[in-house]
Amino acid sequence: MSNVISVRGLKKSYGSTQAVAGIDLTIAQGEIFALLGPNGAGKTTTVEILEGFRTRDSGEVAVLDTDPSIKGSAGRNWRNRIGIVLQSTSDAGDLSVQETIAHFAKYYANPKDVDEVVAAVGLTEKSTELIRTLSGGQRRRLDVALGIIGSPELLFLDEPTTGFDPKARRAFWALIQDLRKTGTTILLTTHYLDEAEALADRVGVISQGQIIEISTPALLGGRATSLATVSWLSASGPKSEKTDNPTALVSKLSVDFPGEIPELTVKRASLEDIYLEMIGGEDESE
Amino acid sequence: MSQNKVPSALTIGIARGGLELKQFMRQRESVVFTLAFPIMLLGIFGSVFTNELTDGVTFSQYFVAGMIASGLVNTGFQQLAIMIPVERDFGTLKRLRGTPMPASSYFIGKVIVVFVTMLIQVFLLLIAGVLFFGVNLPTDPAKWITFTWLILLGSAASTALGIAFSVVPKSGRGASAVVSPVVIVLQFFSGVFFVFTDLPGWMQQVAAIFPLKWMTQGMRSVFLPDSFAAREVAGNWETGRTFIIILAWLIAGLFISIRTFKWDDQR
Repeated sequence: MSNVISVRGLKKSYGSTQAVAGIDLTIAQGEIFALLGPNGAGKTTTVEILEGFRTRDSGEVAVLDTDPSIKGSAGRNWRNRIGIVLQSTSDAGDLSVQETIAHFAKYYANPKDVDEVVAAVGLTEKSTELIRTLSGGQRRRLDVALGIIGSPELLFLDEPTTGFDPKARRAFWALIQDLRKTGTTILLTTHYLDEAEALADRVGVISQGQIIEISTPALLGGRATSLATVSWLSASGPKSEKTDNPTALVSKLSVDFPGEIPELTVKRASLEDIYLEMIGGEDESE
Repeated sequence: MSQNKVPSALTIGIARGGLELKQFMRQRESVVFTLAFPIMLLGIFGSVFTNELTDGVTFSQYFVAGMIASGLVNTGFQQLAIMIPVERDFGTLKRLRGTPMPASSYFIGKVIVVFVTMLIQVFLLLIAGVLFFGVNLPTDPAKWITFTWLILLGSAASTALGIAFSVVPKSGRGASAVVSPVVIVLQFFSGVFFVFTDLPGWMQQVAAIFPLKWMTQGMRSVFLPDSFAAREVAGNWETGRTFIIILAWLIAGLFISIRTFKWDDQR
């Protein structure tokens, strides 16, 4: 098995609104794939079809060689192999972290060791605390623990770090990178471009129900070959120049200025700049 | 890694029942409202209405029968019709839907919670009734047989109807405001708080459509002397009709639940 997810010509409409307008996508085993796109672009609909939460209108979908609309005991066996971390859940505040994870372990054929999972998500110290005493970031870690307790081959992560402080996000990224080492395939949706850049092997940008580009974070939207902007403080005030040859410009400046070039920066387009350019001025409202 | 089989629906269902009971006992609101509130009501009504309805039948005795029948509705219908919309709002149901847990396990868990809390409530009401309000327990084994099928069938119907009604509240927050009035009005109409035959005729006729009236009447046939049957609407306990009407509601509840149950509130 090479492709964990394989999608061809996926379409889905709600009434007269076409949410997904023909998507093709393949995700290989062991890959971390980030799906980017503004709200209302069809991202959530696509992922929820792959997760088996929604039906599709047309197209071929195989997730772990199985149609996600599968029901009955074959459906249970398929769900046994995937893990889903939804956008937000706020349930079961009256159970402890350990109790909740140990309970979910009972749903699966080959659950991981509960204490190991608690440790992997960094909740060992909170293990016996009730869920309602956890911070937002700790709750999210619990969500991930519940997503991975069944030893999934494929993990869906839907906007996993929304509302995190920067430190918690870094810690969370380290957790996801550890999962990658175990060979888990991950489909990630996120609004944070730095997150996609830090984690993903490939990113796909979805807009108006279609995937407009799939690439590695470094190459997306011609990023590697885009012009660099060199800025500095000249005698007549701040100056900046766009160039495809920034090194030459900087060495020229170093001749003009004895010692340090004042306020020198060399900037390539960030993933976010490229992304915003790609999706254009699309409406952010859902 | 060894390729084990996913656990059976029953195994997971029993685990869910245990977990939900644990949650129930940790929620002060649920313990107070589901278990203590009926006892408080019994205390209040038992203290206010001290008269005898007929020779040897106190209002407390009449009221205990009604409160036990109400207990079947509280622990089943009311508890589930409020709890399930909350779980739907919180995303609990959707999360469960994304695991190998089959739907049947979820409902097995609910049945366990309803049944255990129902037994606790009935037990507490009987103890309080006997200790503080001079309630006499029946000695005839036939009455205990009636009691047993009444709580089993009544609780099952109440559970199925609670699951069926769980699609009605639009949000978890508003569920209690939608469900509780239904139960309280039915209690008034069904002869829980007042002697049924003292109620206006139209109220009796409305109540006769719904199962609580029949559960209440059935419980009276257990806890009141047979001589009291003459004071019922039909002049007897109508045991056969009680069984059929509650059974019909159970079947209707199951049918509606299967057709309408929603795991999440999206389009």
